[in-house]
Amino acid sequence: MTTVDTRRLTHLEWLESESIHIIREVVAEFERPVLLFSGGKDSVVMLHLAAKAFWPTPVPFPVLHVDTGHNFPEVIAYRDATVERLGLRLEVARVQDYLDDGRLRERADGTRNPLQTQPLLDAIEGHRFDAVFGGGRRDEEKARAKERIFSLRDEFGQWDPRNQRPELWNLYNGRHTPGQHVRVFPLSNWTELDVWQYIGQEKIELPPLYYAHDREVFERDGMLLSVGEFAQPKDGETVETRTVRYRTVGDMSCTGAVESPARTVEDVIAEVAATRVTERGATRADDRMSEAAMEDRKKEGYF
Amino acid sequence: MGTLLRLATAGSVDDGKSTLVGRLLYDSKSVLADQFDAVERVSRDRGLAQADLALLTDGLRSEREQGITIDVAYRYFATAERSFILADCPGHVQYTRNTVTGASTADVVVLLVDARKGVQEQTRRHLAVSSLLRVPHVIVVVNKIDLVDYDQARYDTVSAEVNATATALGLSDVVTVPVSALAGDNVVTRSGRTPWYDGPSLLELLEQLSPAGEPQSEPLRFPVQLVIRPQQAAGERFRDYRGYAGQIASGLVRVGDPVTVLPSGRTSTVAGIDTADGELSEAYAPQSVTLRLDDDVDIARGDLIVTSRSVPAPTQDVDGTVAWLSDRELRAGTKVLLKHGTRTVQAIVKQVGGRLDLDAAQLRQADTLGLNDIGHVTLRLAAPIAAEEYLHSRAAGAFLLIDAHDGTTLAAGMVGDALLATAAV
Repeated sequence: MTTVDTRRLTHLEWLESESIHIIREVVAEFERPVLLFSGGKDSVVMLHLAAKAFWPTPVPFPVLHVDTGHNFPEVIAYRDATVERLGLRLEVARVQDYLDDGRLRERADGTRNPLQTQPLLDAIEGHRFDAVFGGGRRDEEKARAKERIFSLRDEFGQWDPRNQRPELWNLYNGRHTPGQHVRVFPLSNWTELDVWQYIGQEKIELPPLYYAHDREVFERDGMLLSVGEFAQPKDGETVETRTVRYRTVGDMSCTGAVESPARTVEDVIAEVAATRVTERGATRADDRMSEAAMEDRKKEGYF
Repeated sequence: MGTLLRLATAGSVDDGKSTLVGRLLYDSKSVLADQFDAVERVSRDRGLAQADLALLTDGLRSEREQGITIDVAYRYFATAERSFILADCPGHVQYTRNTVTGASTADVVVLLVDARKGVQEQTRRHLAVSSLLRVPHVIVVVNKIDLVDYDQARYDTVSAEVNATATALGLSDVVTVPVSALAGDNVVTRSGRTPWYDGPSLLELLEQLSPAGEPQSEPLRFPVQLVIRPQQAAGERFRDYRGYAGQIASGLVRVGDPVTVLPSGRTSTVAGIDTADGELSEAYAPQSVTLRLDDDVDIARGDLIVTSRSVPAPTQDVDGTVAWLSDRELRAGTKVLLKHGTRTVQAIVKQVGGRLDLDAAQLRQADTLGLNDIGHVTLRLAAPIAAEEYLHSRAAGAFLLIDAHDGTTLAAGMVGDALLATAAV
């Protein structure tokens, strides 16, 4: 008998393969998918996987950005360049439009992340999107840890954590009735470190603020906020130039930078592998509001 | 870069499963400081002397309020050797639904028993589900060994009981480990308090196990997800390109291999294996690839490409074992959708052939199946599927039953009489 060497995928190959399978299932079974694309690293990786899944055909669905209006300019530039390069259709749902005509009101704390839910749901309904790809990962947060890869939303966009479909083998069930839609999370099983290792392996370009750079920041609630149009220091908060990078990219008024010397993807991988604080704990004021902040927002239809 | 292993944890109420999972995450340094701070804060608020590691895993508000775990939660940790995906399955509520879900994708089930109590009704059920779902490895953690004063005799008794139960359920190589999740004995590092135990710690065991499936020893099964036909969209070079995209469910494929397309039965040869990174000369499960064939055969989503050396016979009559996951009753005459691989067909239940009594590991006479029942059914399909015994192939023998009206997932199905294999011994 001849011995054959055991063939095993590396964990990144395994994750890539699973994600591509998920993305293809959606395109095969849904009429009008869309991919949520913010220019943040998770959505960038998700779009990269979509491009690989259908090669040599272009990505067969549009992308949607829910724009808080509190943007990092370099992220918007990156978003537009990427859409252009891949020949995609970009839809933008603007929180600012809702504030301008009174459908939404600015929150007392100034953060706009929670305000994204309504424009998102309206865009889904308006375009009759039936499958919405999101870059959420289960390692990010406790409520996300319980969400399915195919996550059914009712007519109001709500997630019902007590009544989720069991998800068996790799047989995904995307059935839904008119008015319902399905949120699909191809990166469910990826960790922050996996995402960075994959960015390194695939040489994926990111918005530059993910890497260390000098920036004027001030400290608030233990976070470093960037001085600018959307965040100004109050009395007693001092502005300093520090070498920082961003671990997540969101509403500029509530997304904090971390001090970091990591200027390359290799540096970031080493830093993430050694870090002792979760990315949301370090950099998102809105996720610190309460233990169930994410669960409550998800139930209402948030990402 | 390491490989990946999927595990599912299960246990009875108060076996300390959440504590064990918390311990695995904490001791493998996968819990970060802010998560641990939050757990310490809540533990203090509840008047506990030390951090309750179970709080790391209870994610939903209702779970924290009720102090129980309701739904499967997925956790991630990694060592220098490999990455782990852990499906944490609650034991008491909806145990069939949750353990079947967790076990369906698991390379290994980690089952807890309390060293003081030994094998319980729940233990037997979890072992039965692991056997039914053909999970490749089962590890039984004999927990709370500190509460029996690290007594070797007690461990040996429980271990023998576990092995006898497992053997009766058709599980051959169950491994047991003496553990205190609370104190950390034998979870990540070997404990000095169990000098009579010379085996590996739980984490060492998990690092050594081989994941499910040996691609080179299994026949090729490739469910077609979609046809890639760029036509004008990708330029002149790809104008006539036609590829079949899918994830290899089992086996290995090489360029030049003879293949058969099911259910049509047409044959062809593999002309190319494509990925966005370039052409491959061979690919294996579970890679996602695109196959090109030599002949212009008519292939669509739902077809199955298999090696011509081993061709399953498509059939419209399926005998299967189902874990029923819905409040609605299953009875003869029920119409459903059946999803097998990438193929979804209409089906009608011809007969309910009995319900598995998990405690006695016997099939009992029954005309209906209710929520969390496992039983035997005979189905008639509107179109053929290339069904194979789940016993021989998890990938090619698994199916879902779906409600055609509202899309609810009704059942996890396994082709063939998996019950007999479990219960007959």
